[in-house]
Formats: sequence, C-alpha cells, structure tokens
Amino acid sequence: MDANVRQIYPNAVGYTRNDYQGLPSTLCKGCGHNSISNMIISACYELELQPEKIVKFSGIGCSSKSTAYFLDRSFGFNGLHGRMPSLAEGALFADLGLKGIGISGDGDTANIGLSQFKHVARRNLPMVYIVENNGVYGLTKGQFSATAEKGLKLKRQGENPYLPVDIALEAIAANASFVARSFAGDPKQVKELIKAALSHDGTAILDIISPCVTFNNQDYSLHSYSWGKGHEAPLHEVEFVPPREEITVEDFERGTVKEVTMHDGSLIVFKKLEREYDPTNRTEAIRMLEEAIRRNWLITGLIYVDPNAPTIFDMYSLGDEPLNRVSTEKLRPDRNALEMINMSFQ
Amino acid sequence: MKINTFGIAFSTVNGSGSATANNTIQRAIFKMGIPVCARNIFPSNIQGMPTWYHLRISQKGYYGRLEKEDLLIAMNPETVAEDVKKLNPNGILLLNSTISSPDMREDITVIQMPVEAILEASDSPANLSIYLANMVYVGILAFLIEIDLAQIEAALEYHFNHRRSAVNPNFNVVQKAFEWAQENLSRDCGFKLESLDYNENRIMIDGNTAGAVGALFGGLQYAAWYPITPATSLAEALNEYIPRLRSDPSTGTTTCVVVQAEDELAAIGMVVGAGWAGLRSMTSTSGPGLCLMSEYLGLAYFAEVPLVVWDVQRVGPSTGLPTHTSQGDLVFSYFLSHGDKDFVILLPSDVDECFEFGWKALDIAEKLQTPVIILSDLELGMNVWTTDRFQYPDQKIERGKILWEKDLERMAKDGALEWGRYKDIDGDGIPYRTVPGNLNEKSSYFTRGTGHDEYAHYSEGEMDWESNLLRLKRKVENAKEIAPTPLLVKDDGSAVGFISFGSSNMPVIEAVDILADENSPIDYLRIKAIPFNQQVEAFIAAHDQIYVVEANRDGQMKNLLCMNFPQFANRLHSIAKCDGLSLSAEWICSHFKAEAGKGA
Repeated sequence: MDANVRQIYPNAVGYTRNDYQGLPSTLCKGCGHNSISNMIISACYELELQPEKIVKFSGIGCSSKSTAYFLDRSFGFNGLHGRMPSLAEGALFADLGLKGIGISGDGDTANIGLSQFKHVARRNLPMVYIVENNGVYGLTKGQFSATAEKGLKLKRQGENPYLPVDIALEAIAANASFVARSFAGDPKQVKELIKAALSHDGTAILDIISPCVTFNNQDYSLHSYSWGKGHEAPLHEVEFVPPREEITVEDFERGTVKEVTMHDGSLIVFKKLEREYDPTNRTEAIRMLEEAIRRNWLITGLIYVDPNAPTIFDMYSLGDEPLNRVSTEKLRPDRNALEMINMSFQ
Repeated sequence: MKINTFGIAFSTVNGSGSATANNTIQRAIFKMGIPVCARNIFPSNIQGMPTWYHLRISQKGYYGRLEKEDLLIAMNPETVAEDVKKLNPNGILLLNSTISSPDMREDITVIQMPVEAILEASDSPANLSIYLANMVYVGILAFLIEIDLAQIEAALEYHFNHRRSAVNPNFNVVQKAFEWAQENLSRDCGFKLESLDYNENRIMIDGNTAGAVGALFGGLQYAAWYPITPATSLAEALNEYIPRLRSDPSTGTTTCVVVQAEDELAAIGMVVGAGWAGLRSMTSTSGPGLCLMSEYLGLAYFAEVPLVVWDVQRVGPSTGLPTHTSQGDLVFSYFLSHGDKDFVILLPSDVDECFEFGWKALDIAEKLQTPVIILSDLELGMNVWTTDRFQYPDQKIERGKILWEKDLERMAKDGALEWGRYKDIDGDGIPYRTVPGNLNEKSSYFTRGTGHDEYAHYSEGEMDWESNLLRLKRKVENAKEIAPTPLLVKDDGSAVGFISFGSSNMPVIEAVDILADENSPIDYLRIKAIPFNQQVEAFIAAHDQIYVVEANRDGQMKNLLCMNFPQFANRLHSIAKCDGLSLSAEWICSHFKAEAGKGA
C-alpha cells in the first residue's frame, strides 16, 4: 500500500496519522521546520507510539514554536530561551516510560543555550534533541546566529565577522551518545534519523539544516535549500528497523551494509555510499566533521552513536512505579524515622 | 561571678581545624543542660585568613549576637590587637604564648597559654599539631569555666563518629591542658558554668540540615542545585539523608532525586520541569543564584508550576560578602522577575521552623500551584542552634488539585464542567492540573510562558490576559490563610510595637525584654510569611508607632509594609542595619531609643 494512502488507516496500536497532528503551523510557507514537524508526525505514527507517552519541550524562537504544530495529544512545555534541556532533565524523571522530544533552534542551542545543550548531552538524558538550524534569528527578523558562516551577508546586519559553531562537533565534544546531521530538504533521511533517535536510550542530537525562507535562503548561504541540495554529502543511507520487524539483508548488497543494534533491540542499517564510514568510531566522527568543514560538505547521516552509554537514569535507583504516581504515604518517612533524626542530633 | 551568662570569642586562622574544638565546646555546654548558641564568622577563603567563633551562654535562653564578650581565646597574632578591644571590662584574654601581647588594657586579665609545651608534653603526633593546638584552649577553658570533661569527651566522640583513633589524640591534649591549668591557674576568674536541665528535650542542628530533613519529610521528590555559599550544605544534607529517609531498604530504590546542575539557570529549569511533571521539587541557592533563577520563577508563576526555592541569604548586592549574613533579599524575592506577579515567601526564624517550613512549603506550593520562596540566611543556615525536638508533621501531605485518568473519566461521566488547565472551577482561583504520564486523551495540554486562555490555548486577547492575571492574584492570596500565620509574641496593649522576622527574631526577643525592664514595654509581632495575613494589618492598626527590625540597609520589610498598608505608612519606622553581622539586642535598644527620642 502506498504510504500516503496507508496513513489514513490506524497503525497497529490504533492511531491514525491524524492522531499525531498538531495545530496548523503559523510559520512561514516553505519553512524547513514545517517539514521536520511532518517527519516527526510520520516517525511517531510509523513507530506506533502512543501520543500521550511523548512529552514535547522547546525553548524560544521559530523552531521552538513548532512543538505546537505536531503531537497535539502529547504534553508540551514551551520554556525559556536556551533552557529547554533543563526542563526535560526535571520532567522526564517523573515517569521513565515517557519519551521526550525537544525542539530547539540554532540561536536557542548554539547562542544562549550552549551550556544546557552540552550538559544535557554529557548527562545523556534519554530524549530526542532536534536543532532546527537555519543560521539566523527569525522571530526578531534576521540577525546572525552562532551557526551562521563567516562572511554571510544579511540584509540589515552586514557581513558576519565570526566563525560558526558546529553543533554536531560540539555535541561529540560533550560526549553525546547519538549525533546526527540532516537536511530538511531530505525528508526521508530526516524521518529515519528521527526514528533511530526515538529508539536511542540517551540524548539523541539531530542537527537539521532547516532553511529560513524569509531571512536566510540566498543561494550562497550555507543554510539555504539550494546550497544544501548542491552540497549534501550523505555518509550513508540510513534505514531504521523496529525491533519486531525481520530484517531482509537481501535488500542490500553483501559487504555494503553496517548495522548498529539499539538498546531496545531495533536496528539501524547503514548502506554504504561513496566511502566507508563507521558511526561507532568517535575519533573518525570528529575527523569527518573537521574534513566536512574544510571541504564545505554538508555531511548528513548518523555521525556517531554509542547505543550502550549509561544514561542519567542509570545514576539513580528509581523504582518501576513512575515517580509522579508514588503515593504520598510512601513519600513521608514514618515517626520512627523522625525519632532517629531527633536522637542523632541530641 | 557571672554564672551561665557570658560570651566567649575564639579568634583563629581558618583551615586550622578550630571548628572541631569550637563545636566540641558548644556541644559539651549544651549537654550540661545550659542554653548556648554559637556563631561562626568566617572569611570567603579556604586557608589562612582570620576567623572567629562567638559562643554565647545565656541562662535566660537568649540567642542574639553580643557586641562584646567576656573571654577571648586568641590564637591569631594578626587580629589580637583588634580582638582585645571587644572584651568587656574584667574580661579574660587567653593568649597563645607564642603571640606577643598587644598593648594591654588595664581592665582585663591575661593568661598565657603555653600551647607548644602542652602539645609536646602530650606526645602528640607532629603531623596533627596544627589541629591539636586548638584542643589546648579547650582544656584550659574547661578548667577555667568548669566545662564537664566527660561531656567534652562525649562531644569529641559525637564529632568523630565514635572513632577512638581520632578521639584519643584530641582528648589527650584536652586532658593535658586541663592538668596544666589546674596546676597554674585559679578558678576564680569570674565566669563559670553550672549544669542545668534546660536541654533535656532539645537537639542541636544547623538550619540548612533542618531544612533539608524537613523537605524529605515533606515528600520532596526532586531537587536540583548549584554550589553556592551559604546554601551548599542544604543540598548536601539532602544527599546525606536520602539513603536513610527516602530509600526502600529492601529494594534500594529511592523516591527522591538530587541533581547537581551546571548553573542556577539550569537548576531552576530542572525544578520547574519536575514540578510541572508532578514531582514535589525544590532548589536551594543564595542571592546571586536567585538572580539567575528569576526568569524561570516568573515563568513558573505564570505557568502555575509548584516548586520551592530556598534562598539562604548572604550579603549583596553583587558577590557581596559571600560568607556573611543578611536579610537583604526580601524585596528582591517579593518582586522577582518582570511583569505583574506575587510570590509566596516564608520566613523561618529558627531551625525548628527551617524543618517545619521545609515540609510545609511543598504543600503550599502544590496546593497553590505556584513557587514558594523560603528566605533563610547564613546566620540560621550555617550555624548550629539548639531547638526543641522536631515535631512530626501534623498534616498529611497535600498534593493539591491533580487529575489522573480516573478523575477525568469520572468528570466526563458526570457531565461535569469541562476541564481546562487554567479554568477556575472552584471559584478559589486555583485550577486543576494534569501531569505527563496521564494517558487519558483529554489530559494533555501545552504549557507556555506566552498568553493563554483557560484551556491553555495560545491567546493574545486582552480579556484572556487580564482575567488570567487577576485570577493568579486571587489564587496567591489564598496563601494569606494557608501559609504560616504571624506570631503575636507579646501583646500587652502597648502603644508601641515591634515587627520583625527571620533570624532577627533572636535579638528582638531579647531587646523587647530589656526595654520592658527599663519601663518601655513594647508589643511584638513576628511575621512568618508573605502575602501578609490580616493579623499584620490589625497589629499595625492597634499601635501608634511600629518599629520594623531587620538586617538589611533599607528597611525592606518596613517598605513592603508601607506599600501594602499605605494608610499606616507614617507610623512605620525602620530599625535596620546591614554590615554582615546579625543584629544585637544592644544595638536594637540603642537605635530604638535614638529613633523614639526623635519624637517619631
């Protein structure tokens, strides 16, 4: 059945694609963020996730507004500029059965939020962290963000004098356990990477180049559709295989496929393109990112993954019952405990 | 002879281990059943700068700071000349004999302490001598003012957790010094202790630990924090007590999570996230951290997220005096964040209230779905105080209006009013909330810091904005009734009244007694929370003149009272001071007399 037709039917857990929709987007027509929202909807629908078990987080900016435009049946929290990660680091402790999806922008992550971005990565909080990266501030009408390339010219700003922050490189330096880069103009790859990210037990960072059609879509801009299409250099073809599906290796030529088994038993299958690339090799990942900067490549795909890195939840002995459902009786120590306290200070 | 009523100053160098000696003396006197309090005046430094410890023994149970003391233990050559000036006439200077005597006052007695000789005589391990030197003054003082040696040994055992290998070398020096004093000094020094039974049911604890333990009895589930003096030990106490109080001994699972954040911006964000998701959550910080937290606190107020913030105040503005106390964050806490808002503020005045407000604040926050700020200070938080044994909470944990799946199903079945996150169904301004993890398809909503209607939908509508903000004001006003109400400490129909709060209560209680003895009876109301309960207004209305006593420059509480009760502004006067020290009864009395003398 054609994918578009299939979407009007419920998935295996009884939800149609509609059940994953959000409010109509108020972003500009053609904005890369809308395409990413759509891919989040498709990924959740195809992964058969229950919308109520997903929690959305965002900071401030055009990208952060987009959490209202998908998964209307999920809880969402649109927090403060650059401080989305901390919200998730608190909220997701309430119920470990929840999946967090955080949406941020390049200003929200690489300017005001660089600290929280790097710290959530190093703590490895299980959540998807998508940076909708367009190199420019949209809501304040076209200022440079920290990911804008040196020399970029914007209408009212003149020429950008500073070197850019590479979000993927920063993520790896911060010991992120899942770092991917993609391009909103390549929705199929975006969707596969979102699925892989949702199955990752740790912080999954997706740096998605998502052109701003209003303020930064000039052909020469490193965040434009045309530049992305001309310079995209996929590291591999990514396919996500859920745990219950049998993989048919015959689909791929022998010796051209690499697999990574995720924590939940799902597989990420990498089909070799022009070059060998091992996404489990951190040193290689850093080298590749450096090379991409030097050669002006928009490398896309799963740059680095360690499916077994310990998460922040592993640092605590939390029970099976969600913490926010623990009864008040269990939260207050008994009178004997207070007696012991009093005795110890007597 | 002054019995059980005098002050002792210990002047040492920080990092020299004097805290062990000083705490030992405080604990030994406490165990002799005598009211005692102590203040540590220390620099923002790890090693080598002057530090003082002020011990006050008060048969009447006054715990305010003394301006001058009767005995001085001088172990720091750098400060002795200045320290001596703060001795009362007929005082005693116990001087480490290696320190050359300062210009001597005629009206004090000097005792040279042969610290090195006593250490040598006690065969102390050389590597410990810098620490053990302090035990010399413990022993000599024990002889002079008659501290029970058995209690000193017991206090050392308490301090070293019964490790005899640590207790023995220390107590050995104490004994040797005691023996030296026996042979060389007379007990007729004018100051002595006599055992009482005042502390039978009392405990000794610092305010930060009391607050942490209170929170754990309050069902705290999530805390995030960033190290900052003088609040650090509060979060550290959480970590210390969680295994004992909040872990299941059979499974080892915990019901309370503590995260050390990368900064206060993140600490408060984590706590907002946790509070929003249905965890009883809190953070602890001091002024500079509270500055960083203020934006998220505005969001928490507006988005109606329950959480508790402990501000253990130090002296500001700016980095200020990080290791000195003040009540200077009151107005800042009142006006935190931009736009219209109102915060619930609790004002503990002793360690017992640190414990009590520790659990109560979580109830108030969840009941009102709003941030609650607890203003403690360095004075309370980092000093060890005596208090009655903590009382078990007299109310059950109150989680407020949280709807789970069954509640939403029942509401749907009953055909009750449709739930909306910000809808005032009960008419008290407090809406119902759901939390993530609720799987009912009607449960979710989108939380934002931007304008919204009562169903949490985005709105820039004037009516939506205004009615929401007015409801929030009504909502927080509920705190007037459910937060701790003011304590009418003294109400003898005087025309003059004092108002105070927090740690300034200690000197104010004493000042009120002193003034009463001098035929200036003054009534006294202690405020425990903001917004102001009706009793505050009634107290002001019932007195011709009100003096508001507090440890900050501007008379911040007085200013808030003037703003809240402008009709009484001309009868409100300020007795305020901020120099990094807590107030003393002596200063309050003299300042009051000067102010009253002006014909206020």
